[in-house]
Amino acid sequence: MLETLTTFLFGRLSLESFPYHEPIVVATFFAVMLGGIALVAALSYFKLWGYLWKEWFTTVDHKRIGIMYMILGLIMLLRGFADAIMMRAQQAIAFNGSEGYLNSHHFDQVFTAHGVIMIFFVAMPLVTGLMNYVVPLQIGARDVSFPFLNNFSFWMTVGGAVLIMASLFIGEFARTGWLAYPPLSGLEASPDVGVDYYIWALQVAGVGTTLSGINLICTIIKMRAPGMTMMKMPVFTWTSLCTNVLIVASFPILTAVLVLLSLDRYVGTHFFTNDMGGNPMMYVNLIWIWGHPEVYILILPCFGIFSEVTSTFTGKKLFGYTSMVYATVVITILSYLVWLHHFFTMGSGASVNSFFGITTMIISIPTGAKIFNWLFTMYRGRIRFELPMMWTIAFMLTFVIGGMTGVLLAVPPADFVLHNSLFLIAHFHNVIIGGVLFGLFAGIYYWWPKAFGFRLDPFWGKMSFWFWVIGFYFAFMPLYVLGLMGVTRRLRVFEDPSLQIWFQIAAFGAVLIALGIGSFLIQIAVSILKRKQLVDVTGDPWHGRTLEWATSSPPPDYNFAFTPVIHDNDAWWDMKKRGYVRPLEGFRPIHMPSNTGAGIILAGLSTALGFALIWHIWWLAAVSFIGLLAVAIGHTFNYNRDFHIPVDEVVRTENERTRLLSGQV
Amino acid sequence: MTTTVEAMHGGHAGHDTPRGATPPVFYVRDEHAHEAASTALGFWIYLMSDCLIFAVLFATYGVLGTSYAAGPTPKELFDLKLVALNTSMLLFSSITYGFAMLAMEKGRTAQTQGWLVVTLLFGLAFLGIELFEFAHLIHEGAGPWRSAFLSSFFTLVGTHGLHVTFGSVWLVTLMVQVARRGLIPANRRRLMCLSMFWHFLDVIWIGVFTFVYLMGALR
Repeated sequence: MLETLTTFLFGRLSLESFPYHEPIVVATFFAVMLGGIALVAALSYFKLWGYLWKEWFTTVDHKRIGIMYMILGLIMLLRGFADAIMMRAQQAIAFNGSEGYLNSHHFDQVFTAHGVIMIFFVAMPLVTGLMNYVVPLQIGARDVSFPFLNNFSFWMTVGGAVLIMASLFIGEFARTGWLAYPPLSGLEASPDVGVDYYIWALQVAGVGTTLSGINLICTIIKMRAPGMTMMKMPVFTWTSLCTNVLIVASFPILTAVLVLLSLDRYVGTHFFTNDMGGNPMMYVNLIWIWGHPEVYILILPCFGIFSEVTSTFTGKKLFGYTSMVYATVVITILSYLVWLHHFFTMGSGASVNSFFGITTMIISIPTGAKIFNWLFTMYRGRIRFELPMMWTIAFMLTFVIGGMTGVLLAVPPADFVLHNSLFLIAHFHNVIIGGVLFGLFAGIYYWWPKAFGFRLDPFWGKMSFWFWVIGFYFAFMPLYVLGLMGVTRRLRVFEDPSLQIWFQIAAFGAVLIALGIGSFLIQIAVSILKRKQLVDVTGDPWHGRTLEWATSSPPPDYNFAFTPVIHDNDAWWDMKKRGYVRPLEGFRPIHMPSNTGAGIILAGLSTALGFALIWHIWWLAAVSFIGLLAVAIGHTFNYNRDFHIPVDEVVRTENERTRLLSGQV
Repeated sequence: MTTTVEAMHGGHAGHDTPRGATPPVFYVRDEHAHEAASTALGFWIYLMSDCLIFAVLFATYGVLGTSYAAGPTPKELFDLKLVALNTSMLLFSSITYGFAMLAMEKGRTAQTQGWLVVTLLFGLAFLGIELFEFAHLIHEGAGPWRSAFLSSFFTLVGTHGLHVTFGSVWLVTLMVQVARRGLIPANRRRLMCLSMFWHFLDVIWIGVFTFVYLMGALR
C-alpha cells in the first residue's frame, strides 16, 4: 500500500536515486548548495529579487536577453570544463594497474555530460547570445520580430540546463556518449534515468533554439533599416542569417529523432531496437543530419565575428565582401550533404562513401576563401593588436591545422583507420576551440564595451589569451599523436605505460586552460572594479564600422532614437566619413513591446514536465502539461503587449548622451 | 545648429553624394510597425520546420515500412473505405475553413464563426475515425509495439492526428477570442495563421494517404 503510494507520488524517484555514496558528487553538491545559499541570501539581503524579476527575468529587450544567454553560457562553461579536467586527470593517472579515481559508471557520465553541455549549453547560448545582442543593433532595429518569443526561448534553454544540472545530484546522466546512439541508449542497455535526462534536457532546450532561430530569421528579413539591402548587411548579420536558417532546418530533425528514441523507451516501439525490424543505423543517420549542420551553426557566426574584427582593427573595408557572403551561403548548403562522413564505417559501400568524402573536402574551398579574405584584409592594413584581433590571429593559425586534419579524416580509407580514435577528438576540439571558442572570445572582447560602456582590462585579458592558446596546444596536440598510435576515445584505464607521458602533457595543457578561464574571470572582476578608468563615453571605442557603434554604450532601450538610413555596408563608417551629425531635437514617443512573465512560467512548467517524464511521475506530468496549455492559451488573451516610451524620457536619455559626448563628465 | 538638415530631405534614402555636397539622409523620423508583417513570415517558417519533422517521420516510414517482423502487412490491415471517409472529412474541413476566411475578409463575424464551427466538427469527425481505426488495430494485436512497420505507421499518422488535435484546441480558443473582440486585426492575423496550419495539415495528410495507405494497399 505504502509502496503504491510512493510510486504514485514519486515515480521511480527514491532515496536510492541520490548518489550520496559517491564522495565526489557529495562534495560538489555541498559546494553548489553553499554557493547557491550564499547567492540567494545576497540577493534577498540587497532586495534584488524584485529588480531581477521586473528588469531581467521578464524582459523582452533583446540586449538583456542576449546578456542573460552569455551568463548562462559562461556558467555552464565552468561545469563543462570541470568535466573536462576530471577526464584529463583520470587518463593521466590510470596506468600501471591504477584504476584512477573515477569508476566507470561515473567516468561514462562525465564524458557524456561534457560533450552535451559544451555543445548545447555553452556554445549554443554564447552564439545565440551574441546574435541576440548584436544583430538588431547592426540592422538598425528596435528589437527582434517577436520579443516575447525571444524571452520564452531563453528560458527554455535555461530549463534544459536545469535538467542536466539536476541529473548530477538526482539520479544520473546518460552513459552513452554525447549523441546517445542506440541500442546502447535503448531501454535494454540503459534502463535508468540517464538517457531520459538526456532526451528531455535536449527537447526542452531544442524548442527554445528552434523558436529563436525563426525569430532571428524574421528579424533579419523584415526589420532592416531603410537602405540596407541584403548585400549591404554586415557580415556578422549575414552569417547569423545563415546560422538561423540552419537552426530552423536542422533542429526539427533532432526533435523528431529524440521523439522516436523516447517512444522506443516509453511506449515500446521498435524504431532503433535490434529486434522486431528496428534499425539503429537509422538513428545514427538522422541524428547526424542534424549534427553536421549543428557544427556550422556554431562556426558561421564566429566567421562573422572574425570578419567584423579583422576589418575594424585593420581600419579597412573587408576584402571580398561578396565572396564572403557567397562562401557563407555555400557552406550553409554543403553542410547538409556531408552527414555520412561521421560514420564511413557503417558499410554503405565505396560509392556512397566517395560521395560524402568528396562533398566534405569541397567545404574546405569556401572556408579557405574566407581565410584568404581575412588575410587580404590585413594585408597593408594598420593592424591594432587589441584583444579581439589577437584571438582572431590565434584562430587563423589554429583553425587551419584543424581544418587540414578534417580533410584527412574526410578520406574514407584514412577514416577507417582513424575513426573513433583520439585523432578525431583532437580534430574536433581543434576546430571547435580554435574556431568557435576563440571566435566567441573575440566577440566578447569586441562587444563588451558596447554592452556595458567600459572595456575589459587588457592585462588579465592577455594572460587569459596566452594561457588559453598555449594550453590548447599542450592539451590537444598529444591527442593527435595518441590517435595516430591507435588509442581510441572514451577509455578509462590504459595498459601500455609508454602512452602515459602524452596524457600527462595533455593534462598539463588542461591546467593551463584552467588558468586561462581563471584569468578571464579575474579580468571581468577587475574590469568591473576599474570601470571608471576603462570607461568609454563615445559608444565607439574601436573606431567601428557597423551600425551598433552609432549608438551609445550601453544603448538605450530603444537602440536608436531615429531609425538610421543605410547607404553602405560599413554604414557607421560611411556616416562618420560623410559628416553625419547626431540629431538633437524633434524626438518622438517610441513604440516598444512590454515585459511579460509568461515566458519564464511556460519554461518552468516545461522543465517540470520534463522532470516528471524522466522519473515517471505521471500526475506531475499531467498537471504541468495542463498548466502549460492553460498558461499558453491564457497568454493569448492578453492583447495589450506594447507601450510608448514617452517623448520626455527619450529627450532626457538623448540629452544625457549629448552631455557625455561633449566631455562634461 | 545644423543638426537636422539631413532629416529635412524627407524619409527616404538618398544616393551617394560627392564630398562637399549636401550630406545624405542618415535617419528617418517616422515610425513604422513591424510585427504584423513578420507574423506571416514567421509562421510560414515555423510550418516549414514542422514539415521537417514530418519529413523525418516519412523517411523513417520509408526505411522501416516493410519491416513487418513476421507480423501483419498493410494489405491485411488497412481499410481503404474508412480511410477514404476520413480523408474526405479532412478535405471538407479545409474547404469550410476557406469559407470562414472569405467571410472574415467581408467582415461578417457571425458567418465566420459559423464556418469555424463546421470546420471544427469535420476536424473532430476526422479524429474520431482515426481513433476508431487505431483502437481497432490495437485490438487486433497490431499495436505500435508489434513491428517496426507498425511503430513508424502509428507515429507518422499519430503525429498528424496530434497536430489536428492541437489545431482544434486552437480553433476553439480563436472562436472565443473572436466572440469577445470581433474581427480586430490581431484576431484576423491569428485566424490567418491557423488557416495556414490547417491547410498545411491537409497537405501532409495527402502525403500520408498516398504513401502509407494507397501504396501500402498495393504492396
